[in-house]
Amino acid sequence: MAEFETVPIEPMRLSNSYQNWYRFSRNPTAVIGAVIVIISILAAILAPYITPYPEHVGAVVNFRARHLPPSGEYWFGTDNVGRDIFTRVIFGARISLLLALVVLGTAVPVGTVLGLLAGYFGGWTETIIMRLTDIALAIPPLVMALAVAAVLSPDLINSMLAIAALWWTWHTRLIYSITRQLRGQEFVEAAETLGASKFHILFREILPNCVSAIAVKTSLDCGFVILVGASLSFLGLGIQPPTPDLGTMVSQGSAFLPDFWWESILPGFAILFIALGFNLLGDGLRDLFDVQEVR
Amino acid sequence: MEFLLFLGRRVLWSILVLVGLSIVIFAIARGMPGDPARLALGPRATQEQVADLNSKLGLDRPLYEQYGLFVAGLARGDLGRSLLTERPVNDDIRDTFAATFELVLATITIAFVIGVPLGVAAARWKDRWPDNAVRLVAIISAVTPSFFLALLLQILAGYVLHILPTTGRLPPNMAFSPDITGLITMDSILHWRWDVFGEALRYLLLPSIALAAATMGQIARITRASMIDVASQDYIEAARAFGVPERLRVFKYMLRPAFVPPLTISGLEFASLIGNAFVVELVFAWPGMAAYGVRTILQKDLNAVMGVVIVSGVFFVIVNLLIDLLVGFVDPRVRIRGRR
Repeated sequence: MAEFETVPIEPMRLSNSYQNWYRFSRNPTAVIGAVIVIISILAAILAPYITPYPEHVGAVVNFRARHLPPSGEYWFGTDNVGRDIFTRVIFGARISLLLALVVLGTAVPVGTVLGLLAGYFGGWTETIIMRLTDIALAIPPLVMALAVAAVLSPDLINSMLAIAALWWTWHTRLIYSITRQLRGQEFVEAAETLGASKFHILFREILPNCVSAIAVKTSLDCGFVILVGASLSFLGLGIQPPTPDLGTMVSQGSAFLPDFWWESILPGFAILFIALGFNLLGDGLRDLFDVQEVR
Repeated sequence: MEFLLFLGRRVLWSILVLVGLSIVIFAIARGMPGDPARLALGPRATQEQVADLNSKLGLDRPLYEQYGLFVAGLARGDLGRSLLTERPVNDDIRDTFAATFELVLATITIAFVIGVPLGVAAARWKDRWPDNAVRLVAIISAVTPSFFLALLLQILAGYVLHILPTTGRLPPNMAFSPDITGLITMDSILHWRWDVFGEALRYLLLPSIALAAATMGQIARITRASMIDVASQDYIEAARAFGVPERLRVFKYMLRPAFVPPLTISGLEFASLIGNAFVVELVFAWPGMAAYGVRTILQKDLNAVMGVVIVSGVFFVIVNLLIDLLVGFVDPRVRIRGRR
């Protein structure tokens, strides 16, 4: 199956950090992305304090206020049982970000280590690891999550596990192709000649050269994991109600289209907004670090 | 000869991936906690009934034997019975796959026909407004959840403008059975039924746009990057120095090598395309395999779900095999070196 060629990356040094910051701040895409990401993360953390009706997260019913259009009182309107949609969107963003954190928190380290091992040692290690990634790539993450949900119960944890179980492959392929190019370079050979341990070579010599590529890929992936998670909850396989979840809100609100459009359209734009932030950030970082297309 | 060798290696490799895939799917189906027979019979079944079904399904035998039976079943093309429809899963999938295939074909066509020119334009006018516009379109289309885009299109074209139908494959009063290929657009041409063909296209348009957006964005991005890459090659510089006109340079000398990366990417992108088909088919009530998969999952219909997963995986492997052969055809270097 296809291989990715990645151009060796300039190592990121501390002395460059001011220069990097300058270049970053001159890159509108990256700055807009970073601002969106920071706003989303802050809103998710501070959700109980900044939302107007934090009690609407639970199974609150207020029939007198159902299906109200957006107004000064209810910024995003209310849903079919009279809950404030703005509040629920902010709390829903929490779930989306948590999903990305857990999935990538497991997939990135695992993928990176496997990529380093396969790229550096070659031989059987390489064959086994890279063939495993080929197999894992043949299963769409969403389909895998569906299969797992069918066997176990449909909930957020199982979906996250299923996505994480496939997501490492992308990182393995990326790190593998970088490591393979670095393996023969002088600084690695020098370390080998000096008798450095394999651990030192992998994690102290090679890994630092992968950092910028990992940052770009992880940022882009955050957006994509959030999209897959939203699709799962749209299908009813996410976190179970009444806990707010953006995908679930879109799917439940879609029953009231087109009259009460805000109930599904506004949560939908919230997903788009968060995913857009991570994507712009990743794109900007790519320009900054001069990493070639990673996906 | 060398092409045959390349072909053989590639086919062999696909078979290995399929074997691995069958192990993974078997592990999900059997290795997970929970008793499949208990799941199938429901909580009220007696212990004897469960034991009986277990021995009937071969679940009381050792795992390697079960795997053997599973693979033998797959090789015969037997995916077991669906609990939801009470029919063989093969029949269900055969009936629904054609609709999904038609949708996917239309999607890939749209993604390439729009994505590649956008990428070429962006590369030609690099860092000018067409480039920025394409970049914006590519990013927006990549981050819009396909179910959300599907809903937006449905509202816009269906409810507001009333120009396109929003659910199904054909109008309910139009009797037509696609009995040759299963694809309505194809069969209506073969049957010389242009009215059906027109309607089928109208019904196909919205779902395939919703599904194509993300892939189209990726293709435009990759095409742009690889066109820029190729443009800096010596032979293009040389062609310029010799005064080869720009149109000839771009379309004859640059497009062919630059076409390889988007082609390869589209193979990998195909996995997320199949995944997105599940939500898009649901929104548009498209009677395809993915919609069938979603229905059966909610019913905990294990055989049907595994059937859908297997067919999706096989579909992915075959498409990637075809794409690799196509890449080998476009780029002769691949045939000789074998891999990129």
